[in-house]
Amino acid sequence: MRARAPLLGLALALVLAAGAAAQARRVAEQQVQDVAAQLRCVVCQNLSVADSPSEMASQMRAIVRERLEAGEAPAQVVQYFVERYGEWILLSPRRHGFNLLVWAMPAVAVAVGFTLVGLVLVRWTRRGAAAGRVAATPVDTAMRDRIRRELEP
Amino acid sequence: MTPRLLRWLIPLSAVPVLALLAYGFRVNPRDIPSPLVGRPASAFALQTLEGAPLALEAQRGKVVVLNFWASWCYPACYEEAPVLERNWRAYRDRGVVVIGVDIQDKLEAAQKFTRDFGLSFPNARDTTGKVSVDYGVYGVPETFFIDRRGRIRAKHVGAVTDEAFRLNVEKLLSETTG
Amino acid sequence: MIPELGSAAAIVALALALWGAVAAATGARTGRPALVLSAQHAALGVFVLVTACFALLTYAFLIFDFSVRYVAINTNLGTPFYYRITGVWGALEGSIILWTWMLALYTLIVILRHRESAHELYPWVLTVMLSVMAFFLLVITVAAPPFARLTPVPADGRGLNPLLEDTGMITHPVALYLGFTGVTVPFAFALAALITGRVGDAWITLTRRWTIIAWYFLSLGLLIGGWWSYHVLGWGGYWAWDPVENAAFMPWLTATAFLHSVMVQERRRMLKLWNLWLVILTFGLTLFGTFLTRSGVIASVHAFTQGSIGVFFLSFLALVLLTALALLAWRWDALSAQGELDSVVSRESAFLLNNVLLIAAAFTVFFGTVFPLLSEAVRGVKVSVGAPFFNQVNVPLFLALIFLMGVGPLIAWRRASPDNLRRSFLWPVAVGVAAAALFSALGIRSTLAVLALALTVFVAATIAVDFSRATRARLRMGERLLPAMGGLLRRHNRRYGGFVVHLGILIVTLGVTGSQAWSVQTETTLRRGEAAELAGYRVRFDGLTATEESNHFKVAGAFTVSNGRVLSVLRPAKKFYPQEQSPIAGVDYRLGFGEDVYLVLGDFARDGSEATVKLQVNRLVSWIWIGGAVLTLGALLAILPDRKKPA
Repeated sequence: MRARAPLLGLALALVLAAGAAAQARRVAEQQVQDVAAQLRCVVCQNLSVADSPSEMASQMRAIVRERLEAGEAPAQVVQYFVERYGEWILLSPRRHGFNLLVWAMPAVAVAVGFTLVGLVLVRWTRRGAAAGRVAATPVDTAMRDRIRRELEP
Repeated sequence: MTPRLLRWLIPLSAVPVLALLAYGFRVNPRDIPSPLVGRPASAFALQTLEGAPLALEAQRGKVVVLNFWASWCYPACYEEAPVLERNWRAYRDRGVVVIGVDIQDKLEAAQKFTRDFGLSFPNARDTTGKVSVDYGVYGVPETFFIDRRGRIRAKHVGAVTDEAFRLNVEKLLSETTG
Repeated sequence: MIPELGSAAAIVALALALWGAVAAATGARTGRPALVLSAQHAALGVFVLVTACFALLTYAFLIFDFSVRYVAINTNLGTPFYYRITGVWGALEGSIILWTWMLALYTLIVILRHRESAHELYPWVLTVMLSVMAFFLLVITVAAPPFARLTPVPADGRGLNPLLEDTGMITHPVALYLGFTGVTVPFAFALAALITGRVGDAWITLTRRWTIIAWYFLSLGLLIGGWWSYHVLGWGGYWAWDPVENAAFMPWLTATAFLHSVMVQERRRMLKLWNLWLVILTFGLTLFGTFLTRSGVIASVHAFTQGSIGVFFLSFLALVLLTALALLAWRWDALSAQGELDSVVSRESAFLLNNVLLIAAAFTVFFGTVFPLLSEAVRGVKVSVGAPFFNQVNVPLFLALIFLMGVGPLIAWRRASPDNLRRSFLWPVAVGVAAAALFSALGIRSTLAVLALALTVFVAATIAVDFSRATRARLRMGERLLPAMGGLLRRHNRRYGGFVVHLGILIVTLGVTGSQAWSVQTETTLRRGEAAELAGYRVRFDGLTATEESNHFKVAGAFTVSNGRVLSVLRPAKKFYPQEQSPIAGVDYRLGFGEDVYLVLGDFARDGSEATVKLQVNRLVSWIWIGGAVLTLGALLAILPDRKKPA
């Protein structure tokens, strides 16, 4: 019985150590996914390295994991791939220079759209107000139709 | 309200878009220029299909033709295998070495491939994909031409032809002899 | 002999379509109904001939006629019967036949429905539809002939792209193409309106249901595409923002915008120019989609092939856009809006904003899709624009759209009185805010997820408020509860069909939010008997089995999934097709309302001693399909004939 105690302790320590290692690996796993999600799987054209079921992608994930485990920062790992494949491997273009255009476009589109709609609405309401002064518009015909329909048995 | 001519901007607005799409015919989306051309070739130490060690470093001073292939890559790899073998035989005595790197493949299939084509130049397996990534390989076949100082000087995507082989190798051979 | 018959049929059909287009136009201009009648007959003839083409090609597939190049490439002796039929449209040439056949079918139905009812527009509608058809028949006869012979005749064919061997592949292209080709009908009416100068509301009234039909099929196609992607492609997702997916999504967005702005024109006689532009844009985008899929200009997993066909499509796209937009400019004066409004706070404004956001989203997707080309043209540098970009830029737009989805249907036309606002939105806003507080309190950390969920609750509440208010009105009329509700749905099928669609979108939003925010995955190599754990699940590797299927070799792993008790044995596989370079993943999953367990087999040892497996627990994904079903049901409700007017 007594001899077992140290053994138990050792086993416990081992379990704890294994648990800690697993813990560390799990954290790294999320990091691997985060890095891999930024990279384009080179053999499948439009999936990320994180998503692709291809062998090449799985090897690339292994490389990402290895480099992260070796202590490289995620940005360094990404840079490693960019140096070999070019900017093409990034699924989302870096935000500098010409690429800013693609990033700014949605905001520009919305801004232009809202401005135009704003101008149109102002013009319409001005006209509406002018018309309203001439004769208070009764409930418009379409609305009257609807009310009638609603009341139909 | 709107100047008469301004309205014709509506159809005209389609023109730049159409022009951009037409430009698309001139480029091949699968042809991605390698940033590695002009840079030192990454060192590697692999095992040949027969299990012998094979290191790029050992070939320093020679012109190296580094070819990435796979047995499942049909037809391109099957087209270029005889070309590589033929040119390797023609140039081996002039300080040129051809190295094949088999990627994402099964050993038996790869061995059958080299046997079927009677390939006599060394072929290694990249089991981890690290060499492929180091060379920015995104498909097979791809071929790199490395000069005597160990710099990547050209990358050829798709099956290598006699002409492409000779052109690139002759250029690199002429460089340091002169 | 059979293939020659097919080619001949296509050529005659082309001639007929051209004749019909010219005849209908001439008939309309010179007022000779005989010519229009002749065009009608031509359209009927085209339908018969294209049907024959389709049938002959199918026959060639069924009898393994490898002397036909298209058959030899897309089937082999091992292809099962079922996939020999779906294989007919599995690649470029056949897909264009299917497309043309659907277009011919739509033309036929337009003739049946509208030859009496749309006197002025009708001949021109015929001209436009037959012209579009002539273009596709030209592609069939010149650019992508499906009946081209192959010599020498191979003993066996190459075989269908294995990814297409799935039931989703029978329905996905069919639905999507029905959507794409369906857009041609409103487009034809719009052009007819522009040509005749009758740009009033007639064409809108006539095409309203057509647009919803096209929209219904587009939605269905997108949903089945997502389903196929999730269950077959084996990457654990349903939407990759691939150029081809984008190509189908853009016309959906613009068609959605159109469906909403049409209501403003119907009700208020405004936005005439805008609506015509939207229809032209939507049709242009469907052509852009076919161009993208078939030109090889932008690389994509779905891309069919490269070749001269791209030039055909781009030329036609240019012709269509320039002609249609020039007509629009020409009719400018007749289209200038005489809109008036009492207040900026009104349903008109909500619809305008909705349109701005939808078009901005479509534009964003478009710009992102072609940006690699632009970058290469300007900088000479290849870049990629993929999922991370599209997700990031589109999420705010979609959240804003969902917000408007709650506002638009309940706010009053012309001017929203404070009373209208209070009655419609007091409760929904309160519930939404409460939901946001609750979700935050429950520990949801992602701001976007909280926002998305709160907005979903808000919009759901607005729908509930409206429906209960209308039901109460009917109850006061003495109806009983269920008949009152049913009557509402049936008698105001467009309005409540729309609400059901909105509800469907909300459910989809829930699924997308859940899968984006809470899915987890891991990848590990297991020895036999070893287990991996993720999110409370234990997945044990039990070994490999190899089987020889009719046209491929399949290696499947057995994995026992348990969470305390054994749930199921999943068998993700790798399928080795002789004609494919790399194996195809065959995923396996256990679906659930809360979460799916999803396994992808990676590398494995030949002797079955160990295997790498990608294990995903995807949250709430099932709700995307459920929401999709609700959405399509709502669209069907809206398509139903109106009962409001006496028949």
